[in-house]
Amino acid sequence: MAKRITDNITWVGKTDWELKMFHGNELSTRRGSSYNAYLLRGASKTVLIDTVWGPYDREFVARLKQEIDLTQIDAVIMQHNESDHSGALVELMRAIPGTPIYCTAKGEAIIRGHYHQDWNFVKVKTGDKLDLGGGESLTFIEAPMLHWPDTMFSYYDGCGGILFSNDGFGQHYASESLFNDEVPEAEMMAEAEKYYANILAPFCPMVTRKVKEILAMNLPLALICPSHGVIWRKDPGKIIEKYILWADAYAENQVTIVYDTMWNSTRRMAEAIARGITSAAPGTAVKLFNAAKEDKNDILTEIFHSRAVIAGSPTINNGYSYAMAGLMEMVKGMKLKKKVGAAFGSFGWSGEAVKQLSALLAEAGITVVDEGIRTPWVPDETALAACEEYGREFARKIQ
Amino acid sequence: MQKYVCNVCGYEYDPAVGDPDNGIAPGTSFEDLPADWVCPMCGVGKEDFSPAE
Repeated sequence: MAKRITDNITWVGKTDWELKMFHGNELSTRRGSSYNAYLLRGASKTVLIDTVWGPYDREFVARLKQEIDLTQIDAVIMQHNESDHSGALVELMRAIPGTPIYCTAKGEAIIRGHYHQDWNFVKVKTGDKLDLGGGESLTFIEAPMLHWPDTMFSYYDGCGGILFSNDGFGQHYASESLFNDEVPEAEMMAEAEKYYANILAPFCPMVTRKVKEILAMNLPLALICPSHGVIWRKDPGKIIEKYILWADAYAENQVTIVYDTMWNSTRRMAEAIARGITSAAPGTAVKLFNAAKEDKNDILTEIFHSRAVIAGSPTINNGYSYAMAGLMEMVKGMKLKKKVGAAFGSFGWSGEAVKQLSALLAEAGITVVDEGIRTPWVPDETALAACEEYGREFARKIQ
Repeated sequence: MQKYVCNVCGYEYDPAVGDPDNGIAPGTSFEDLPADWVCPMCGVGKEDFSPAE
């Protein structure tokens, strides 16, 4: 169902309450998501901004037809061409094959690489404008690696200024309401941070550069319309401030202890280390997660939020656990800055895991503060006291 | 010194800044970057860079 945003802008996307995994199984989306597409009717030109994911292509086009005679669409603006936004292009272009598709040069290559069609591409660069009539226009702003090479934003100078930001400022958050002031703020902001941590964190330098570039333009901004989740209507500047904060080696006063355990020895070590940190630094939030049980993307968000991460695994077959291996690979991909960490774990006879996890932390750009702590077999009171002391020492080292 | 831009993602290599996160000291010219250096943003090699305008 189309939803009205302003007198001349209509949301024509798809809300996907059932979506629980995204990017295959790489990213959990526990609160669903939406694929936002926007129909913008200017005085003389009407444009469609982005489409939806492929499984909803027919539904999308059928509903769009209820909203407008498709031949009245003068241009399709493709801001980013991953399948969740470009997936309905084939179905749409079947109806309007000659309609120009505005995208970046990389966008054209990516659309061709996906759909292998020779459509009417119009390549745009930063500063190029599409005149909508009535003295209004849409200005394109290339935003490479936010989060693909093809990404661009589009700024509409009508309606008090609207930034169509594609995945930037997005949230995987299904809602029947369109705007940020119509949903519970805390859960929506948690999804905005999870989105940033899991999708945009590797590209922090580009985020900083692009946000500064946009702020320097001094554009009026009434709305930010992302391609997932709700539209920023109340205080749109607030999410921009959050992005500035998140992009600059973000860290709250939190230590995340993430571990795997086979017979609870490593878990008991984790709990003892946590007690030690809390006793030495009472103001520090300490959170524990079993990597094999907790959602991996929620753990990554907690690590993103933290200033320190302590990774634990028992030694198994001269190595570390499956769950910790997968998690550490994802942590490496986030390209985190200025975080510190260490490793710990129980072992039976060989005990390689702690040294190996320390190396993985270092490879992920995390400063390893010491050699970590190991405990043979099942920790007794003395061993647990040593873990507590280790936690106190760790807290002192990271002050 | 000449700056270079990544053709894939738009990252700009500025010799004055270098790429300290990946062991490249400030003042290292693009030509002096090791052959296996890759774009810190998107991961493509030196051959995918062009001189900045």
